[in-house]
Amino acid sequence: MLRYLLRRAAGFAATFLLISILVFCMMEIVPGDPASAMLGTSATPETLAALRAQMGLDAPAVLRYLRWLGGLVTGDMGVSYTYGVPVGGLILERLAVTLPLTGLAVLLAVGIALPLGVTAAARPGGVADGAATLYAQAGIAVPNFWIGLLLIMVVALGLGWLPAGGFPGWGVPGAGLRALLLPALALAIPQSAVLTRVTRASVVEVMNEDFVRTARAKGASVSRALWRHAVPNALVPVITMLGLQISFLIGGAVLVENVFTLPGMGRLAWQAMAQRDLIVIQNVVMVFATIVIVVNLGVDLLYTIVDPRLRRRA
Amino acid sequence: MVLFTRSSVSRRLAGSLVAGAFLAALALPGFAQAAPRTDLVLGMPVEPPGLDPTSAAPTVIGQVVWQNVFQGLTRIDRDGKVQPQLAKSWTISPDGLTYTFALQQGVKFHNGEAFDANTAKFALDAIRAPGSVNPQKALYAVIAEVTAPDPQTLVLTLSKSSGNLLFWLGQPAAVMVEPKSRDGLKSNPVGTGPFRFAAWRKGDRVELTRSPDYWDKARPVHLDKVTFRFIGDPQAAAAALRAGDVDAYPLLPAPELYGAFQKDKAFTAEPGLTEMKVVAGMNNAEKPFSDKRVRQALMMAVDRKLLIEGAYSGYGAPIGSHYTPNDPGYRDLTGVYPYDPKKAKALLAEAGYAKGLTFSFKSPQMAYATRTAEILQAMFAEVGVTMTIVPTEFPAKWVQEVMRDRKFDMTVIAHAEPMDIAIYANDPYYFGYKNPAFNDVVAKAAASTDEATRLKLYGEAQEILAEDVPALFLFVLPKLSVWRAKLTGFWKNEPVPSNDLTEVRWTE
Repeated sequence: MLRYLLRRAAGFAATFLLISILVFCMMEIVPGDPASAMLGTSATPETLAALRAQMGLDAPAVLRYLRWLGGLVTGDMGVSYTYGVPVGGLILERLAVTLPLTGLAVLLAVGIALPLGVTAAARPGGVADGAATLYAQAGIAVPNFWIGLLLIMVVALGLGWLPAGGFPGWGVPGAGLRALLLPALALAIPQSAVLTRVTRASVVEVMNEDFVRTARAKGASVSRALWRHAVPNALVPVITMLGLQISFLIGGAVLVENVFTLPGMGRLAWQAMAQRDLIVIQNVVMVFATIVIVVNLGVDLLYTIVDPRLRRRA
Repeated sequence: MVLFTRSSVSRRLAGSLVAGAFLAALALPGFAQAAPRTDLVLGMPVEPPGLDPTSAAPTVIGQVVWQNVFQGLTRIDRDGKVQPQLAKSWTISPDGLTYTFALQQGVKFHNGEAFDANTAKFALDAIRAPGSVNPQKALYAVIAEVTAPDPQTLVLTLSKSSGNLLFWLGQPAAVMVEPKSRDGLKSNPVGTGPFRFAAWRKGDRVELTRSPDYWDKARPVHLDKVTFRFIGDPQAAAAALRAGDVDAYPLLPAPELYGAFQKDKAFTAEPGLTEMKVVAGMNNAEKPFSDKRVRQALMMAVDRKLLIEGAYSGYGAPIGSHYTPNDPGYRDLTGVYPYDPKKAKALLAEAGYAKGLTFSFKSPQMAYATRTAEILQAMFAEVGVTMTIVPTEFPAKWVQEVMRDRKFDMTVIAHAEPMDIAIYANDPYYFGYKNPAFNDVVAKAAASTDEATRLKLYGEAQEILAEDVPALFLFVLPKLSVWRAKLTGFWKNEPVPSNDLTEVRWTE
């Protein structure tokens, strides 16, 4: 087990390093420098040179990379060119929106997909199965930002139940959660559609296996065979899918955060790119990469919990 | 927009609830009318990158902090006229080279430091310093020396006389800043204005609160709290207004949704004009645009009215030169090269392009620019000109390729700075336009301290541009503001990039 963990840690470090080099190089290639973006249309070459020097952009690329990496290792992400504040704090503020948003979306997606998928699998070809298939097809076909717009028009403007956008912060109890509910739903619906399909297929497959038949032969009811025997064994592909989806959820959050004007990581990345706030983009990408790596690690660990057979192999 | 109206059932329900509450309130003894609100939520399409107008260009910085947090020696009023502010009066020496300002007394910055002639000297010297990154540094280059003979007197000595100095001193780039707060202004602006900076939730909002010891008793402020919210998506912006999350949108990013607000009695929506001149700049240094006839022909190929209709839902005003109807000394020169595709074709033939002409157009991603590009493409096709649109991301890529490297044929951008006609005399500048006669006129105009002479000279400068067409002069962007009907005191036009909230208040 220790060797396994060490191997994972080394893999983690290598991936991290590789991504950091990749991101830095890409930012070097992207046309347009942050200084000209800041000074706009009436700057003189002299002012531009002064600003570049002030931002440390006149140093050689290798030196700038090492400075950045050194800072990262010691927990210093540098100072945003445009906002003029430490990037670490900026990202923490945004994570406080994006992490709860994706977390809530995962909960909603699972909350919709699991019961729907299992019910559909209980009687393949039945009414519930038909409904679930229809939901899954529609959910996969429709992009999340469009669902977001629809939710704003119907739930926020039409019915007036929830805010149309913006984020009041976590200081006001309940208000933050209310603001995240619609965007989380917009994110969750397409994901839940995929999950519904995977759950249904997986459960149907397991229901046909010998041990379920054995359980039924020994007198277990359909629902007991389903929930006690089939579902736990059908979870591995569902968890795999969920792990993959979390990276997609973070990507989808960029669009949904724009529609709902939420100050999350996605909007930060978007804006930083437009302003060529390179230092912010680099760090945002690193944080995203870290989240994805950690989620994958979590998924692997989760396998061993739901399937004891895998524990021995690890 | 039917989609935006709540269902009539819930409206009726809400109506009866409100009526019930109203009757109940009337029944109570000592019922008094509720005091008007003193808070305001203002929507803006773009979040400013930093809040220090002296260190970065974007006009959105001024739109948050200018006049609200930061003030200058002079200020520009809603009609575009220069007014005294931290300088209460001034005298100009007969040769126009010495400006002596008498400063306000008892003015304090929000951090408690006093404002005096030494602070003013610090602020002006900072703009002109060798390592200064002030985006408008060039405007203040005429100032040769700043002295502070006593705390209430500031003396500027100029290298040559300047008719525009007082106007430039009223711009966001020349606001008064205090030495101790200087380094943190980007995220913690400290000024002398009626509102002090309270909080900035990046990506979402900036909050200002009323400064308790504001110096200017002559212009009392009515609002206690102002929140700037940043909502870029046009649909989300309109939704926020309808839902009451936002009270005002001084520049609604969606012209196609504006008409609905004009019809709605809950809002005041009167289109005004900004200083944003939309011009299609051409590379005058290279063929085919080095030939004046080509530029003139292309100007005649453009139906400005139709363009405004398509690009901005008909809001905005056509221009014939680099000047807006807001500006003093404006001349309507849209008639110099009016829409005439036949003449355009003939002129192109005369210039040797009878068989047509092909060039590329770098189009920034802003909605007005993209639409302008597409419409121009169609209009040029009518006269046998093929224009290829090359989407070019703004600001970073565009600024580098067009402004810095000057690698482009034609492009389009809204020039935001007020009274910036002199950019056509800049060398190097992206138009690559060189006309000694023009340079001479704007230099004379800038140096003249006599108002009438100056405006006459600027009139001549406008005429030269209208004739030479270094850029296609298209239209001025409108100020499509939407305000809750119960708000008053806001600016209809925007002669300076600003949202001066000093006079804004709720009427009930």
